[in-house]
Amino acid sequence: MNEAAETSAPPALLTVAHLTMRFGGLVAVDDISFGAEDRRITAIIGPNGAGKTTVFNCLTGFYKPTVGRLTLQHPTHGSMLLEQMEGFRIPQRAGVARTFQNIRLFGAMSVLENLIVAQHNTLMRASWLSVGGLLGFAPYRKAEREAVDLARFWLGKVGLLDRADWQASSLPYGDQRRLEIARAMCIRPVLLCLDEPAAGLNPRESAALNALLLSIRDDHGIGILLIEHDMSVVMQISDHIIVLDYGRKIAEGAPAHVRSDPAVIKAYLGEEEDEELPPEVAQDLVQSRSAGESGGG
Amino acid sequence: MSATPLAARDRRPSSLLPALREAAVAALVALVVAVPLMGIQTVQVSSGLELRTRWSWVVIAVGSVFAGRLLLTLLLPARRQASSNAAVGPLARAFRDLARWLGPAAILFALSLPLLPFSDRYILDVAILVLTYIMLGWGLNIVVGLAGLLDLGYVAFYAVGAYTYALLALNFDLSFWVCLPLAGLFAASFGVLLGFPVLRLRGDYLAIVTLGFGEMVRVILINWYKLTGGPNGLSGVPRPSFFGLPFSASPPAAGGETFSSFFDLTYSPMHRVIFLYYLILALALLTNLFTLRIRKLPIGRAWEGLREDEIACRSLGINPTNTKLTAFAIGAMFGGFAGSFFATRQGFVSPESFTFIESAIILAIVVLGGLGSQLGVVIAAIVLIGGPELVRQLEDFRMLAFGGLMVLIMIWRPRGLLAFREPTIRLRPARGAGSLPRESAQGPG
Repeated sequence: MNEAAETSAPPALLTVAHLTMRFGGLVAVDDISFGAEDRRITAIIGPNGAGKTTVFNCLTGFYKPTVGRLTLQHPTHGSMLLEQMEGFRIPQRAGVARTFQNIRLFGAMSVLENLIVAQHNTLMRASWLSVGGLLGFAPYRKAEREAVDLARFWLGKVGLLDRADWQASSLPYGDQRRLEIARAMCIRPVLLCLDEPAAGLNPRESAALNALLLSIRDDHGIGILLIEHDMSVVMQISDHIIVLDYGRKIAEGAPAHVRSDPAVIKAYLGEEEDEELPPEVAQDLVQSRSAGESGGG
Repeated sequence: MSATPLAARDRRPSSLLPALREAAVAALVALVVAVPLMGIQTVQVSSGLELRTRWSWVVIAVGSVFAGRLLLTLLLPARRQASSNAAVGPLARAFRDLARWLGPAAILFALSLPLLPFSDRYILDVAILVLTYIMLGWGLNIVVGLAGLLDLGYVAFYAVGAYTYALLALNFDLSFWVCLPLAGLFAASFGVLLGFPVLRLRGDYLAIVTLGFGEMVRVILINWYKLTGGPNGLSGVPRPSFFGLPFSASPPAAGGETFSSFFDLTYSPMHRVIFLYYLILALALLTNLFTLRIRKLPIGRAWEGLREDEIACRSLGINPTNTKLTAFAIGAMFGGFAGSFFATRQGFVSPESFTFIESAIILAIVVLGGLGSQLGVVIAAIVLIGGPELVRQLEDFRMLAFGGLMVLIMIWRPRGLLAFREPTIRLRPARGAGSLPRESAQGPG
């Protein structure tokens, strides 16, 4: 039923058409098409090496796709073709923010500074390319106060207000993950791309992350694109799931639909007659099913 | 690494034999080095060069190395344990508290130095030299300390500034105050010129290209004979004047005024030295003020972000090209200012003054001071430039003392003298010394 709703919907926030990425002879992503909408969490899942992060890198300008059209419908700036934009303009103009699988914070800077750096372009305009700021003019001081207010808001949201003046690299791992999400939100994005945000989190932190992502979706009306291995996260909060395997899209749909898709089960667990299931994989599947049932209702 | 290594260290002093063996090895190394360096000396005699031996020196050197190493091995464990547990924390905190009043105190001292009773021509000359390197260190600190771009060719911008002033003043008769901004502008455009080809490079590769750039500028200065005078350099570079009043005994033209006659002073060559001193002090303080301010501006924070993680910067919409180029350009600009000061002070420029060793010394000042630390640059410049002057009476061993000092600093504070970073903005005012332990790396505002 989800697929039917998608085809009749107004232009999606992000439309990916025939995305292909080749590295020499290796086809990392092969003719993938999907969409992401605002106020929805779209998850991309798949086994290791399926091409998930490559899709992200194409979307956020770190790779130039070999083939494909990536259209972003920005509510104020209009329609944009991401594959034609320079890397740093995608967050700046199109409002696509991202986090990284291996956290990339500004380690030696304070937590607050990390969030202020994220508002670079706003502050740069307000300081007239720093000249006004250098002379101490009022517009910049006002803009900086507003930047601190936005940072304070997100620090409160991710529960790091107490540690605002800590050095970012001295935070515990889970806090660093949340700080990276807060930093991405400080560029005021319309689409937030999260690369395995739950990796390395304990169950309690992962539940808090779910709540945070749902709140970002519902209160801020932006779209979230999520790569995740943790099925308890994916099944509980995703509105739409895209499954990749060997660079191709093998299934998509609502969590309940994807979970029972034979192609997905095959990709994760191998053929039915395959008797030698790694025990942890089987356990994972059982867990994800029960989690999905309780979460999906 | 808490329990076992400490225990092992504790055991070591009790066994004398390994300590003796270690000292013997050190003495052997010292012997190998000392025989050719100290034992044999060439002496000029009437018939040419003659070799003379100084075996007593070798014996003293090897003996002192042996004794020193033995003492170090026997005493070091206890000392290192103390410093690793308790001493480093209070020490770092003491430095931090020191830094708060040391800066203003240093500026006050610098302002009053020419008026102090003990200051003479020699002291002021050394102070001018130290201030020049402080300014160069602060300029390079923008590129290396803030933006994290390792630049081994910084002296190229110093050279561009010096030659810009010398050529403009000699050929077009422009005054120092007109040439100063032009020299800065010209050096900044050289910074952009260097910046473009190295945009994609980082770390070692960037260092190699900047090293080559520095040499290129020097080689061009040597070979472009028509413009630069080649290895002979440019002489007769106009000395500075006090807003048109020359510092000379008699006016250059009949009916003209000099600084001393205008202010009704008896002529003294010290006037020019004092003027030069205040000039470089003002230029250096301008560099410092600029850096302190720009650190709190979006561009300065973007530089620091670039140093920490370029990919994260791109993902936040920061244009890495512009950010890097501005860092190169602004760092180069201050190098150019310092260069034109150098030219007017010396009255003579030649490629000799802009060799790689200058770049290395400036970089050493920045690194020894603690990357990014403004006060650290001052202390390191005083130590590295003023230090060799203090130990002038050591003569032959001056460079040895210099090298030893650098090694000691790096052992004592491997991340530089003042290696803490203050956040450019705080949510809450800083607390006192008893703040959170994790915060010890930052220092209060």
